[in-house]
Amino acid sequence: MNVHQSLAASRPPEPFPPIAPDVIAEDAMVRFEAVSKAYPAYRGKPSVKALEDIDFAIPRGAITGVIGRSGAGKSSLVRLINGLEKPTTGRVIVDVSDISALSGRELRLAQRSIGMIFQHFNQLSSRTAADNIALPLEIAGWPKAEIAARVSELLDLVDIADKRNRYPSELSGGQKQRIGIARALATRPSVLLSDEATSALDPQTTRSILDLLANINRELGVTIILITHEMSVVRQLAKEVIVLDAGHIVERGHVADIFTHPQHAITQSFLSEILGDAVPVSLSSRLQHQPTAGSQAVIRVVVRGDGGDRLLARLSRELAIDAALLSARIDEIGGQQVGSLTLGVPGEEAVVARVLSFLVQHRFSAERLGYVA
Amino acid sequence: MSPELINLIIQATGESLFMVAVSASLGTLFGLPIGVFLATSRKGELFAAPAANAILGVIVNATRSTPFIILVVAIIPFTRLVAGTSIGSGAAIVPLTIAATPFIARLVEGAIREVDAGLIETASSFGATPLQVVLKVLIPEALPGLVLSLTLAVVSLLGYSAMVGAVGGGGLGDLGIRYGYQRFMPEMMLAVVVALIALVQTVQTAGDYLARRVNRRLRHR
Repeated sequence: MNVHQSLAASRPPEPFPPIAPDVIAEDAMVRFEAVSKAYPAYRGKPSVKALEDIDFAIPRGAITGVIGRSGAGKSSLVRLINGLEKPTTGRVIVDVSDISALSGRELRLAQRSIGMIFQHFNQLSSRTAADNIALPLEIAGWPKAEIAARVSELLDLVDIADKRNRYPSELSGGQKQRIGIARALATRPSVLLSDEATSALDPQTTRSILDLLANINRELGVTIILITHEMSVVRQLAKEVIVLDAGHIVERGHVADIFTHPQHAITQSFLSEILGDAVPVSLSSRLQHQPTAGSQAVIRVVVRGDGGDRLLARLSRELAIDAALLSARIDEIGGQQVGSLTLGVPGEEAVVARVLSFLVQHRFSAERLGYVA
Repeated sequence: MSPELINLIIQATGESLFMVAVSASLGTLFGLPIGVFLATSRKGELFAAPAANAILGVIVNATRSTPFIILVVAIIPFTRLVAGTSIGSGAAIVPLTIAATPFIARLVEGAIREVDAGLIETASSFGATPLQVVLKVLIPEALPGLVLSLTLAVVSLLGYSAMVGAVGGGGLGDLGIRYGYQRFMPEMMLAVVVALIALVQTVQTAGDYLARRVNRRLRHR
């Protein structure tokens, strides 16, 4: 593997490989076994159960998302993986070692195989970009000459070699996060923990950072765990997702499955955020319950899977009905179409019934919202 | 003013500088680690030792709440033990150092506590030892604050060093009291005051400049 090659000139992420069977324990990079974490009451604050009954395995070499609202237990999860905290019960296995049982020098050695990037970049203001990247190597006790060579490699890897002598206060958020990624990869870790790494960045910069992470995952084979509250981040990068709510795993599986068939209310709410499920106000304000002469029936079609893009053409060809497209949003998630369409069709009951039965036949869920003149 | 008197002023300034330089250096030598410990030893912190932290805090406060002139007199036996005498600039270094150490420790504690806790967590997650966190993260990141703290300590020590003049400690304070006050020489008193003002100005300006130089946080913004 050629780490000198710049990964920043990002190619679009390749389509996801076919769905793999459940991860076998030996194949897991990170494994939680019956983990719970409680914080005792302290200085008047009541005790908190941050995580309960957490069991999961994160496959080696994959990008896995962990999504949850604030307070869902994401930070505790991160601190259990990187060994900064011990579980109250259960075990946390990273690679081959039980990180929850290690301490002192052994723990510090294990921590070097876990890279971490942060929402607020956490860079030393007193060090240049290059020296920030060198920090974990200094901590690991590398000789000076080797540190210099490795830092140059890493600066090229994240495509920011021209900023090597800049201080963090002179860099943009995206540049700081590139430095953060280089620093996290310095000791050649097998796991990269991304703790809300793009939450402080604008959409365009977020995109470029996520592309960089995808490339790093592909080129270096580093297992990446994306901790986030943004479904769009998970959608863009992750193959599998774990949905966390109030300290419990409420749902998990392949991103495409979760997106097409969300089970839990919290997952649905994450989804509606990126899909914009609401009907436009300009339309909903005109809706009537009863048809009037010449009015259109408004039908809402939820697309989860396939065929949403060809729906209008098929209605026209197969039913000879000209449907108007009133609003639409279709995204592709893990190779599957997810979204919703709002159609206007002629308001006669017979026509509406035919359209609805056609939709149900083709496994779209559809509902009649009302009529507009 | 006669050449002899000018010579006296020059000599006294040298003595003051000597006392302040040595006591500030020793005070930093002792105060810096104490300050770092105070800033990192509460519950859940890097060197968590809440009991030691509390005890050390009480000792520091006790030393700081003793008026300096009382401290000088109270520890004369100890000064004699360390310096062999309780008179002169060399002996004055003992109470000056004892006063400077807790003062510097508290200033260092404040500067270290200003460092973003996220940076400690970051270095720890890389597998840094607590000592590495102190040497590679806390002290470099707190450096601008530490420089300003030490400047403040040196300025305070200049004032203290004038006070030891009252008990035969030598330096500018001694000169001011013996010549300016006891021999009724107002021009001598004025010269002493001017010399002290000049010293404080120089120290503060140099400290401010140095703190700006080591501060990478706000440059070019």
